[in-house]
Amino acid sequence: MKAWRLAALMCLALHSAWAQPTPPTRALPLSQLQSGLYFSGKDVQALQADAFANPAQLWLSLGDTLWRQASDGNDKSTSCFSCHGEANQSMKGVATRYPAVDTRSGRLMNVEDRINQCTTQHQKRPALQPDSDALLGLTLLVAQASKGMPLQVNINGTAKPHWQKGAALFNQRQGQLNLSCAQCHDQNYGQRLYVDPLSQGQPNGYPVYRLEWQKLGSLERRLRSCYSGIRAELPPWGATEMRQLALYLMWRGEGLPVEVPAVRK
Amino acid sequence: MNLARLHWPERIVAGDVVKVRLLVQHAMDTGYLQDLLGKMVPRNVIRLLTCKLGTREVLRVEPSSGIAANPLFEFFVRATETAEMHVEWVDDRGRRGEYKQTMAVLPAPPR
Repeated sequence: MKAWRLAALMCLALHSAWAQPTPPTRALPLSQLQSGLYFSGKDVQALQADAFANPAQLWLSLGDTLWRQASDGNDKSTSCFSCHGEANQSMKGVATRYPAVDTRSGRLMNVEDRINQCTTQHQKRPALQPDSDALLGLTLLVAQASKGMPLQVNINGTAKPHWQKGAALFNQRQGQLNLSCAQCHDQNYGQRLYVDPLSQGQPNGYPVYRLEWQKLGSLERRLRSCYSGIRAELPPWGATEMRQLALYLMWRGEGLPVEVPAVRK
Repeated sequence: MNLARLHWPERIVAGDVVKVRLLVQHAMDTGYLQDLLGKMVPRNVIRLLTCKLGTREVLRVEPSSGIAANPLFEFFVRATETAEMHVEWVDDRGRRGEYKQTMAVLPAPPR
């Protein structure tokens, strides 16, 4: 009798371990996903499509140069290339998986954080400044290797609490205007905010060249712009909260192809 | 780091008039904007940009603060022989940039 009970218990335990976690419901169905390019004007679309005039190409060239450059000009020191080889091969698919939890430090990291981890730990150099040309260039180079691949982040396991916080943040009203991300980007995309159409806030083109910034910028900078727009209190650069929100956005846009080098208004 | 990109048609025959496209990386700070921390960014735009094809100067521009960041220039040159296109620019801070690329020109077919 006892043995039978034990077996039943074990079965139950195994079953719960194997059971697929029910996927969370989506406010924005996957079939309705649209990249930000869809909401852009014809001029912006043309600029993005023009392989030469697309200004993000300049940062791509910069990233490619830095990738091959030894950390202190000394040939014996390590460059990105000396460990990883050609970024196009070794970094394929990487940008589709981030933000992800780093197993060693337990931190939720985006691609920029991951690059900086390499910079400080393996290259023994000071971390690159957030949104510096160097960091953006390298990030764009890594993203470029995943061009056309669908976004696919892991939200289970250790990433689950981060995803939950990101989801809560996305739906939480904040700032003096008392707006949530969802109110614009889930419920009213395609409508106009002043003269500009509201996009779905998809993260598949980052780092993106924005005409408003007149340079390349990270997803974090874009989120900060939205925070300023609704007059919410800005978290410091590198805040986990921004990575959590980015993780939620990546999950929300699951399946959209990586679209770098992208241009937005 | 100063960066630029040059582009023209792949196949050029001597005597062709070709469209040259030039993209230069420069912030073109107007002096009216703030940085991410709210500090004013002093004016810094490209003062003078010149393009030489071989020894011949084919383009000279003096852009002002009305030109967007990372400006794109398009102009036409008549290609006669293989030569190096040499782009040089200097900005308000006195920083110089240059970029070189060889334009390969095929000889004209005999008449």
